[in-house]
Amino acid sequence: MTSMTTIPTSSSAPLTNALRSRRLPVWALVAIGVAAAVLAVLLFKVAGLMDGGWVLTLVGAVLIFLIGLSVISSVVEGRRAARNRVATSLIYSAFVLALVPLVSVVITLLNKGRTRLDGTFFNNSMRNITAFDSGGGAYHAIVGTLEQAGIATLITVPLGVAGAIYIVEYGRGRLANTIRFFVDVMTGIPSIVAGLFILAFWVLIVSPHLSSTHQPFNSGFAAALALFVLMLPTVTRSTEEMLRLVPASLREGSFALGIAKWKTIMRIVIPTALPGIVTGIMLAVARAAGETAPVLLVAGGTPNRNFNPFEGNQESLSVYIYDQAAAATKYGPPRAWTAALTLVALVLLLTVVAKLLSRRTKLNQK
Amino acid sequence: MSQPSFPGSAEAASAASADSPNDLTVQDDTRAVDIPRHRSGGRGPVAPMGGGGALPPKRRFGAESVFRWFTTGAGTIVLVIIVAIAIFLIVKAVPAIKADKANFLTHFEWFPNDPTDPKFGIASLAFGTVFSSAIALVLAVPVALGIALCLSHYAHKRLANGLGFLIDLLAAVPSIVFGLWGRDYLVDPVRQLSGWLHKYFGWIPLFGSDGPYGKSILLGSLVLAIMVLPIVTSLSREVFRQTPGMNEEAALALGATKWEMIRMAVIPYGRPGLIASVMLGLGRALGETIALALTLGGGWAVGSDIIHDGGNSIAANIANGFGEANDIGRGALIASGLVLFAITLIVNMIARAIVYRRREFIGSAV
Repeated sequence: MTSMTTIPTSSSAPLTNALRSRRLPVWALVAIGVAAAVLAVLLFKVAGLMDGGWVLTLVGAVLIFLIGLSVISSVVEGRRAARNRVATSLIYSAFVLALVPLVSVVITLLNKGRTRLDGTFFNNSMRNITAFDSGGGAYHAIVGTLEQAGIATLITVPLGVAGAIYIVEYGRGRLANTIRFFVDVMTGIPSIVAGLFILAFWVLIVSPHLSSTHQPFNSGFAAALALFVLMLPTVTRSTEEMLRLVPASLREGSFALGIAKWKTIMRIVIPTALPGIVTGIMLAVARAAGETAPVLLVAGGTPNRNFNPFEGNQESLSVYIYDQAAAATKYGPPRAWTAALTLVALVLLLTVVAKLLSRRTKLNQK
Repeated sequence: MSQPSFPGSAEAASAASADSPNDLTVQDDTRAVDIPRHRSGGRGPVAPMGGGGALPPKRRFGAESVFRWFTTGAGTIVLVIIVAIAIFLIVKAVPAIKADKANFLTHFEWFPNDPTDPKFGIASLAFGTVFSSAIALVLAVPVALGIALCLSHYAHKRLANGLGFLIDLLAAVPSIVFGLWGRDYLVDPVRQLSGWLHKYFGWIPLFGSDGPYGKSILLGSLVLAIMVLPIVTSLSREVFRQTPGMNEEAALALGATKWEMIRMAVIPYGRPGLIASVMLGLGRALGETIALALTLGGGWAVGSDIIHDGGNSIAANIANGFGEANDIGRGALIASGLVLFAITLIVNMIARAIVYRRREFIGSAV
C-alpha cells in the first residue's frame, strides 16, 4: 500500500495507463472489508450457518475479504497484483493471529493471578497446609528458584565464557569445529533429558556416596546441575557471538604493544564485549528459572522451607505451580496462578533488562 | 611524529603504508568471498608472527598456557556432557529393559511398576510425541513464516523491532505457564472447536471421534504450536534478513511484485535456513515436557484422531509417571528418555548440519 501511495500520479491519464496498470484505490479496499464483515455477520451470525459464533464470523469475514479482494483485484489490476495483495493480507493476518495467544495469556495471568497476590503468599510456605486449606504461600519456592538459578549461573558463567573464548580465540582445526557444532546441537537438548541425566548421574550414582546413610537423595544442587547443562550451550553460544563482533584491530593493537594473548583477551576483548555477554547470560538465566521438568525430577519439591541447596528436597516456583495445579480444589489453582504470575514477572524482568542492556553495547550487530 | 633525520626509514614506512592497505583489501576480499564456501569456524584474528629473536622464550607453565588449557577444557566440557548423557542414561536404562516382560520397542502400554510382571513399551509414546509435534508444526510454521516475512520485509523498521520484541517475550514465558493456560483456559474453546470440527468435518479421520473432547492432542498441539512459534519466527527472520539486497532489487527491477520478489529472491535463497529453523522448532516440540503433561489426557491409544480426550508423549509420560515410579519404573522412564534424547539429537544434528553447510545463515538467534 505504501508503494502505491508514494508513486506520484501523473496528470496525463493515458500515458500513466500505458506505463503501469490500474490500481485499486484505498476506498475500494475499505469497501471490500466492510462488505466482507457485513456478509459474514449475515451468513454466520444471522442465518446461523454452521452454528456460527463470533470466532467463526471473524474467520469467515477474513476469508470472504481475501476471496473478494482476489476476485476484484484480479479483474481490475490483473492476476499478479491480486496474488500480491492476498499474500500481503495473509502475512499481516499471521501477525495478528500470533498476538492473540500472547494477549490471552497475559490477560488470564493477570485475572487469575490477582486473587492470591497478598502478603501471605510471599511470606509463607505450604507447611501443614493441604489442598483443602486456604492460605499458604510460595516463599519457599521463590527462595528455591533463586538458589537453584543462582548456583547454576555461578557454575555456568566461567565455563561458558571460557568455552566461548576457546572457540573464538584459541580453537583451531577439527576439535574447535566439533565443539562449535555440538554447542549448537546441545542448545536443543530437551530439559527433561537434562533432568534424567542428572538423576542417573548425580542423584542415583554420586549422591549415595555423599550421605551418611548411603541412600540417594534429592537436592537443590542437583537441580542447579541440570540447569547448568541447559544453560551452558546457550551462554557459550551468545558469548561466542559477542566475541566475534569485537574488531580484530583492537586485538592487533594490543598484540603490537607486546601484551600477552590471555591478557589481551581478559583486558581488551572481554570488557569490550561485556554488555552483550551479560545480556546472553541473563537470557539464559531467565530461561533456566522457568524450567520445571528437571527440577521436578532431581529436587523433588517439598511443602517445607529448605534453604540448604545441598541436602534434601527443595521447591521451585515452577514445581510449585505444577503441584498446586494438580490439586483439584478451590484453593490449589489460584495459588498456582499467582505463582505463575510471580514467575512470569521474574522472567520478564530479567529478559527486558537484558534486552535494554544489549542496546548499550558499542559493537554494531550486523 | 615525522623523523627527518632518518629519511631512509621514513621512505620505507611510507612504502609499507602504501603497500599494506592494498594487501589488506585483497585479504579482506578473499575472506569475504571464501567464507560461505569453506569452514570458517573458530578463526579469530591471526596472531602476528613475530621474529622472536628478542622475545622471552615460551614458558611451559606460564599464565598463557594455564589460561589456554583452562579454556580448552571448558570448551571440551560440552562434548563430555553429551557423551556422559548417553552413557549414564544407558547404564540406568539397561537393567529396566532387561526386566521388561514385553518388547520395549513395540509394546503399546506402560506398566513398569508391577513388581512381578513389568510390561512397558515405547511405541504409543513415541507415536504421540511425533504426532503432536507434527501437528504443532503444521499449525505453527505457516504463521511463523508469515510473521518473519512481516518483520523482515513488510513492517516499518521501527515497528518491526518493537513487534519482534513482543515475539521474543512470547519465547521467554516458561512452558509451565503455557501449560497452565492451556489446561485452565484454552481447554473450553478447544472443546467447542472439537465438537464443531466433528460436526462439519467428521468425515476427515483427524476429527472422527464423537467425544469426550477437551484434553486432547489438538489442545496439546495448539499449546505446542504457540511455544515453537517464537523460535521458528526468530530464526527464519534472521534467514530472510540475510537475503542480498541485490537479488531483491534485481527482482523488483524486472517488474516483479513484492510477493513475486519474495518468492523468487528471498525464499529460494533462504530455503536451507528455513528448513533448519523448522527442524529446530521440531526439536523443541519433541522435547517439550511440562506443557504437554498438563494438557494431554494420557492413555496409550494410537490413532489418527486428534480431538478425543487422550494423547501422550515421552516427555509428558516421564513428568507424570515419575512420582509413583519404583526402581524398575524409574529405569523404564530413563530408557524412554534415552529414546527421546536420540530422536532430538538426530533432528538437531541434521538441522545444524544444514545450517553449517550454508554458514551465512548462522544468526544471533538461538
